[in-house]
Amino acid sequence: MLRAIAGLVRAEGRVFAGSTAWLDSERGVDLAPERRSVGLVFQDYALFPHLTVAQNVAYGGRTRAVELIRSYGLTALAGERPARLSGGERQRVALARALSREPAVLLLDEPLGALDAQTRAHVRAELRAHLRASGLPTIVVTHDYEDAAALADRVGVLVAGEVVQLGTPTELVAAPANPFVARFTGANLLEGVAHPGEAGLTEVLLDTGGAVVAAEPGEGRVGVVVYPWDVALARESPSDSMQNHLAGTVESIVPVGNRVRVRVGPITAEVTAVAAESLRLREGERVVASFKATGVRLVAL
Amino acid sequence: MRSPFGLLLAGATTLAAAFLALPLVALFLRIPPGVLLDQLSSDVAREALVVSLKTSAGAHIIVLLVGTPVAYLLGTRVFRGRGLLIGLVELPLVLPPAVAGIALLAAFGNRGLLGGSLEAFGVSLPFTQAAVVVAIVFVSSPFYIRQAAASFAAVDPLLLDASRTLGRGPGRTFLRVALPLAAGGLAAGSSLAFARGLGEFGATIIFAGSFAGVTRTAPLAIYAELDRDFDVAVALGALLVVFSIAVMAIMTLLLSWTRSSSRSPFPFASSISDSTSA
Repeated sequence: MLRAIAGLVRAEGRVFAGSTAWLDSERGVDLAPERRSVGLVFQDYALFPHLTVAQNVAYGGRTRAVELIRSYGLTALAGERPARLSGGERQRVALARALSREPAVLLLDEPLGALDAQTRAHVRAELRAHLRASGLPTIVVTHDYEDAAALADRVGVLVAGEVVQLGTPTELVAAPANPFVARFTGANLLEGVAHPGEAGLTEVLLDTGGAVVAAEPGEGRVGVVVYPWDVALARESPSDSMQNHLAGTVESIVPVGNRVRVRVGPITAEVTAVAAESLRLREGERVVASFKATGVRLVAL
Repeated sequence: MRSPFGLLLAGATTLAAAFLALPLVALFLRIPPGVLLDQLSSDVAREALVVSLKTSAGAHIIVLLVGTPVAYLLGTRVFRGRGLLIGLVELPLVLPPAVAGIALLAAFGNRGLLGGSLEAFGVSLPFTQAAVVVAIVFVSSPFYIRQAAASFAAVDPLLLDASRTLGRGPGRTFLRVALPLAAGGLAAGSSLAFARGLGEFGATIIFAGSFAGVTRTAPLAIYAELDRDFDVAVALGALLVVFSIAVMAIMTLLLSWTRSSSRSPFPFASSISDSTSA
């Protein structure tokens, strides 16, 4: 898709930058890539190996090159060849180079894909700052929801070329349009049959056994969406305001930073490492996963 | 490796090495080095070398100027008839040089296809120095174009795309990205083509004849002096051997230099068609 916007690939349809037509199949408009004001950052950065960092950045235009080299912290590296740089440094060069052309639009293709897990979070924060600073309309393509949520004001989920949902990251988490979006944003998805229950709540009989109560209306086959961080763990069924308690066996415990993702039966819960330690969770043990009825979303299946 | 098979391998290798080395060594041992150098400064030799260098250089410029765009097209674009073009470009590689000569006569000779039209312009091609240039271009261009196309194909297409998105059109992209990155391979192909052109005999003698000082290149002079002055022939031969070894050394250096500095390794051109992805 990014290649089509940039004009690197033949496409049918319309691509407009503001009111300027870059592609308009009906009117026979199809501008060559060099005539479209794009800055494209490729997944593997595509830095020119035979040019130095400074020459790479200046390739799109000399005017802003010096300023860009400075603001991206590349002054010390200016005379180096790309092969000697780390992944994060290369990304900065690629970004600076794309901006040297003073484009109208910025396109990034999996900007964090080429990085190892450790550098990723750090570079992501930097990238976010750079994108905010550039002030340009930007499209980032990524498979990682966390990256999308961290970098973007609005996130669009594409499935088979169709935009399935477009909204802020919060909206996507709060009200996923369909099971795919729910899974994509990292939620648990259980399937079952819903029918109206007591006190205006909906009861869902899960395929995997057990029942769940939701504060949303629903009927028939539904997907039950619960976010891992909304799930609490305990050794026994706690007596509290939570309506939903699912007993299960701990199947896996995966530390992620200062948190732990615990899979209990069909549900994944995310708790702090401290909490997990104090519960002395071990694989194979029985625990109870609890979550509120108001923390449950229902999506039509 | 004392097995009979091992001995067989060793034996075959020794035989082959001896067979290939002997004629080359003989060239240098047949006459003493002092006499060798003397012969090279004889009129016959100097005349032949001048003709060779002029025609090879002229032909090579044409090969580079016309061949490079062709190679770029073959190496970076997919189009209808590409296979046919590749076949056409590679044909002179397998064509017997004598056949190339007669074919050139058939095309450009006085009774040839274009002969009449050329005469109308007052141009008669066969048996002139220009004819030598034509013959050399014909037989040596495939060597350059194949290697050049493979070198261009080995340049990461994403780099060319990046150049376009940065505002450079196809022409500037070629000059600033494709050419520098393919340069090593181009130079290697250029050396090979030049060496081939310098050594051309069959097509030259048929299409251009062997007129001393005009069309008698070094290889043709060797043939002419065989009966008259064997020593001169040997001297010219030895010189061409030295030159060929130099070309090989240069090519190896250029190719290994390219391999270490480019992003993707490319094998020495075995075929253009399998080094470009559709």
